[in-house]
Amino acid sequence: MNLLSVSTVYWSRAQFALTAGFHWIFVPITIGLGLIMAVMETMYVRTGDVKWKNVSKFWQKIFAINFAIGVATGIIMEFQFGTNWSNYSWFVGDIFGAPLAIEGILAFFMEATFISIMIFGWNRVGKKMHLASTWLVFTGVTLSAFWILVANAWMQHPVGMAFNPDTVRNEMVDFWAVIFSPVAYNKFLHAVFSCWAISAGFVVGVSSWYLLKKRHEDFALKSIKVGALVGLVAFVMLAVTGDGSAYEVSQKQPMKLAAMEGLYEGKEGAGLVAIGMLNPAKQDYNDEVDPFIFKLEIPKLLSFLGYRNMNAFVPGIKDLVDGGYTLQDGSTALSFEERKARGKIAIQALADYQTAKEEKRDADAAGYEIILKENYAHFGYGYLETGEELIPHVPLTFYSFRLMVIIGCYSILFFAILLYFIYRKNIRNPRWLQYVALWSIPLPIIAGQLGWLVTEIGRQPWTIQDILPIQVAVSAVSPGNIIISFIIFAVLSTGMLIAEVTIIVKQIKKGPDAVAEKEA
Amino acid sequence: MITYDFLQKYWWFILSLLGGLLVFLLFVQGGQSMLNSLSKKEDEKKLLINALGRKWEYTFTTLVTFGGAFFASFPLFYSTSFGGAYWAWMILLFCFVLQAISYEYQSKPGNIFGPKTYRTFLFINGVLGTLLLGVAVASFFTGSEFTVEKGNIAGLGAAGHTISQWKSPLYGLELLGNVRNWTLGLAVLFLARTMASLFFVNRLNHEILEKRSRRYTLYNGIPFVVFFLVFLIWTLAAEGYAVNPDTSQVYMEPMKYLHNFIDMPVVLVFFVLGVLAVLYGVFYTVFNPGFKKGIWFAGAGAVVTVTMLLLVAGYNNTAYYPSSIDLQSSLTLQNSSSSYFTLSVMSVVSLLVPFVIAYIFYAWRALEKKKLSLDDLEADGHVY
Repeated sequence: MNLLSVSTVYWSRAQFALTAGFHWIFVPITIGLGLIMAVMETMYVRTGDVKWKNVSKFWQKIFAINFAIGVATGIIMEFQFGTNWSNYSWFVGDIFGAPLAIEGILAFFMEATFISIMIFGWNRVGKKMHLASTWLVFTGVTLSAFWILVANAWMQHPVGMAFNPDTVRNEMVDFWAVIFSPVAYNKFLHAVFSCWAISAGFVVGVSSWYLLKKRHEDFALKSIKVGALVGLVAFVMLAVTGDGSAYEVSQKQPMKLAAMEGLYEGKEGAGLVAIGMLNPAKQDYNDEVDPFIFKLEIPKLLSFLGYRNMNAFVPGIKDLVDGGYTLQDGSTALSFEERKARGKIAIQALADYQTAKEEKRDADAAGYEIILKENYAHFGYGYLETGEELIPHVPLTFYSFRLMVIIGCYSILFFAILLYFIYRKNIRNPRWLQYVALWSIPLPIIAGQLGWLVTEIGRQPWTIQDILPIQVAVSAVSPGNIIISFIIFAVLSTGMLIAEVTIIVKQIKKGPDAVAEKEA
Repeated sequence: MITYDFLQKYWWFILSLLGGLLVFLLFVQGGQSMLNSLSKKEDEKKLLINALGRKWEYTFTTLVTFGGAFFASFPLFYSTSFGGAYWAWMILLFCFVLQAISYEYQSKPGNIFGPKTYRTFLFINGVLGTLLLGVAVASFFTGSEFTVEKGNIAGLGAAGHTISQWKSPLYGLELLGNVRNWTLGLAVLFLARTMASLFFVNRLNHEILEKRSRRYTLYNGIPFVVFFLVFLIWTLAAEGYAVNPDTSQVYMEPMKYLHNFIDMPVVLVFFVLGVLAVLYGVFYTVFNPGFKKGIWFAGAGAVVTVTMLLLVAGYNNTAYYPSSIDLQSSLTLQNSSSSYFTLSVMSVVSLLVPFVIAYIFYAWRALEKKKLSLDDLEADGHVY
């Protein structure tokens, strides 16, 4: 790989990370707030209490401001697969494109259509139709998350496909395998609950600010009740689906798990590092340096979470590169060098197949096709040179995962205490809790970003696990062009973020609609 | 048994239809490009922005769906065009990004950059969004500078592993060096502006703006007709990119697109009907002060015309995304589509489209029972 392409890969990744990072600030609020305001409006329709209408309308206003920027950052994501990852688009477009198209047809139109009724239709459609529209907006945004997460999950664990040497790409052979992959539904549930959690934290924090300021207290109490309930459910479910996701990672992406745990030497009955500090002196997976300066471990928990067996062997980074350990099916794991050799055989067989076909040597082509099939599971390894390339950035993955889990545990406790005060005590009194709620607003957002860092950094160097490394997935666009588009995106996204935050802060300071309160 | 060939053509039809709907919905962009010229007072501008603001998401969503459907059905186009004509698509993206926030933010307190900035964003999106889309579609007829070699991924090529290679260092900006591309770009821009004028005539309960919009229908309708005719005649008379169905070889054929119309009389008839509907909608509105339904004629006409034009680009053994520097790299419905299985799955999903159209129609009607006036803006509870 020459220097030019290294730079192209680097900036293409940077641009994707930048746009995805921004996108995931806004989208979770759209999805989670979608649920919260639908619950609030349901309360209005069921009770006829116009104060609930007031509450719903306020949060819908915030939703609309946030929705616009989610849409703006979303379109970049879709087209970037083509602009910056053109080889990827062809190599797996037969599978990856379908969820994106279905997302457009089934989810985006639902969102766009019913959001206009939700925002402009209060006086133009009946109460029940309006409520249905609000729920359909929530359904639309959730469906959209489903399809894009199916696509992402497929990259982490490609299933339901076969390689076609004539078209030189992977083709879908089982649609249901793609959408019902355990990686997909765990990812979907985990991501959607994180959206609920982020929005709950936001609603509760903003409501607490009103309580602290002794403004719109009735509005704040109503909001905080819904927010706290959604928040606790979300964080408990995040723990459950997080466990499911981690199990899938250990089965399908053991290198990611090893990086998440800073586990270099595999062992039976491996413990889970609760807290720890990595040793910066560790430079090579193969050196003898202890990877930790200190760590506090919960014995055997990693083996149990990853393999549902307290004594299971969890391979470390070194094992995954060097191979030789026993896999769950009893076979012996291949080393990187063996997989690389078989990957090169697969790539060569594809080249030979193409040449033979062109020269109309069909019998030879059939032979090469067999060789290709036998070695295809290692195809991507043929593009790599050294075992080090297989290892993701360990500190980033390790610390991101820990911090995310810590925020999750803290939030379960926080929402439980909050609900206790709401239903057993008086939430108006403990000002410390209101301050905690206010200052906790960013935490679930940070946890969401960290979760994606673990997912995406942890699976490097693969765009498609084991099949397509990043350097073969990029477009042939010179780095200078990508740097310019990166800078434009960075400026636009930062500007939009600042504008959104200041607009929302102004709206919050202004508070819910005074007219509607009078009406109440 | 549904054949692979049928599915490829079915999906090209769906894409053509989506393209047609997108061009119709570009009336939002057209309106954005004349906010300043059409309105003289702030109140008028506000009404125009709010009328368009209730529709922008349809255009945006159609564009996103068009992209997604193209990816799913013809991924080699996605890979070749997006990864090659990088700047043409990037600039298009930037101006749609700007649009997405501008309606919601332009009048909100705390928007930092002030309403003028956001309205400038709307103007940029209005002009560049339509123009570049037209230029990009024109390249379906005029060709682009790229090569496609699928063996590159197995190391068979000399230019690295990337399958699609764009040969112009301008990465798509060179498309602006072709006058024929400009004619379609300008035709789309002026069509969008014409339809926006018709939309305002139909939608607004505001006498002055309605009168002005009628005049603007003519001001924009005439350049549209001129640019469209230049593009059409030029394209019909020019060489086109034909495919030999037996050998799959691409070759240049004189007056290929004219032949396509002649070989596909149904397409020709619908094309002519579409053009006539557009002209009827435009000129009947201009000359009959009481007539407000021009947008429906022109809109339906635009959908049909564009759909037929795109069918001509891909059907009848034609390379729909031709390479002007290496004919055999040109993309055809056969060499660039998804697999039989994927197209079948997608076709089943496409059966839900009428249901989607039905609820869009319902929502549109529910919100548009009465014309939009300045009084409605506050009453509806959400003002842009």
